[in-house]
Amino acid sequence: MSQSFEAVVLPYLDAGYSLARWLTHGRGDAEDVVQEALVRALTYFPGFRGDNARGWFLQIVRNAAYASLSLNRGVPLADEPPDAENLADPADDPEAALLRRRGRADLARHIAELEVELRETLILREFEDLSYKEIAQITGAPIGTVMSRLWRARRSLAAVIRREEQEA
Amino acid sequence: MIEERCPMLLLVQADIDGELDAGRAADLIRHRADCPDCQAAYAEIMMLRDRLRAADLREKAPQSLRRFLAQQSAAPIAPRVSRWRPQIGLFAGMALAAGLALAIYRPPMPDPLGLVVDAHVRSLQAGHLEDVISTDRHTVKPWFEGKLDFAPPVKDLAAENFPLTGGRLDVMQGRPVAALIYRGGTHPINLLVWPAKESGDTEIQAESKNGFNTLHWRLNGMEFWAVSDLEPGQLKNFGRLWRAAP
Repeated sequence: MSQSFEAVVLPYLDAGYSLARWLTHGRGDAEDVVQEALVRALTYFPGFRGDNARGWFLQIVRNAAYASLSLNRGVPLADEPPDAENLADPADDPEAALLRRRGRADLARHIAELEVELRETLILREFEDLSYKEIAQITGAPIGTVMSRLWRARRSLAAVIRREEQEA
Repeated sequence: MIEERCPMLLLVQADIDGELDAGRAADLIRHRADCPDCQAAYAEIMMLRDRLRAADLREKAPQSLRRFLAQQSAAPIAPRVSRWRPQIGLFAGMALAAGLALAIYRPPMPDPLGLVVDAHVRSLQAGHLEDVISTDRHTVKPWFEGKLDFAPPVKDLAAENFPLTGGRLDVMQGRPVAALIYRGGTHPINLLVWPAKESGDTEIQAESKNGFNTLHWRLNGMEFWAVSDLEPGQLKNFGRLWRAAP
């Protein structure tokens, strides 16, 4: 093995945590899931062939997240969506900043309300910029299924946004 | 709201996602010029993309995970996960996910010789040799209960100058295995034990790798691998005594 485990995994630790965050119930759960994924990844590392480390690691995170969800069956998913509190743009005036925070929090909540298969597909495409093929590999779904899940996720999210804007 | 009438809608999406080759993308642009459904879909996906990018809802991994990764790389060893709830469920989940990951990636079957030498090297780092420290086999043996789905035979060879010093849980090819630690003089010996897939007892076979000496035998449905930097003759003596001990 030419590269160390840490050198291979570290560049994708944020992506792994972000994915775990969207698939689990809160920060503590996401951290547990990634920790568990790191333990597993190290076990599989001797068999890792060195190509597409991101897909390899994200798949392990995703499977660890699903395993943790099946342990906690019955608890609603993502009841604490990633929050938008911490990242106000300093250039905004207070009112604009508030609106912006609210918009982000709403968006996060709507994503969290998507079915888990739709949610993970959307996250991997829009936040991690992965190709259909990579998403198919990570989620174990055929590419056609990835396309239709992505379509359903987008339609459903866009519909909620439009409805809210009409109400406002 | 877009009606799903046009059969090209998924291609509109694929185009935005950069999945179409240049020829098909050009065809699609021509089609879109005359198709209100596809125009609406295009506008909607782009609106959504702008919102998502502007919101940037990703979260960075906490420092504690970076530290965990660094520690784990320095001294990788058996799973040590603090906040997971049921232990049995944890192993079931691990087995499930291990199965899923292996089913898709199919890493080449690593040879046990390399794996046991790696396990030995890992165990020597940063005080990870023993999880239970005891020279009493009646303490070591029950310690494995509930941690493994098999009961490793534990023997003490103190009278033969190979005292048992403790036990540890290790992981080989995704399954937990028992590690018994003995000492030959100042040299630690790892004896790794797991249920055999093949039947039939075998004689002790000695091999070396990376300066470590190993023994392998199969007995009563268990695989045994002893690894140490002890010189080959003495290690072989350990293996013979262990096999013969009651």
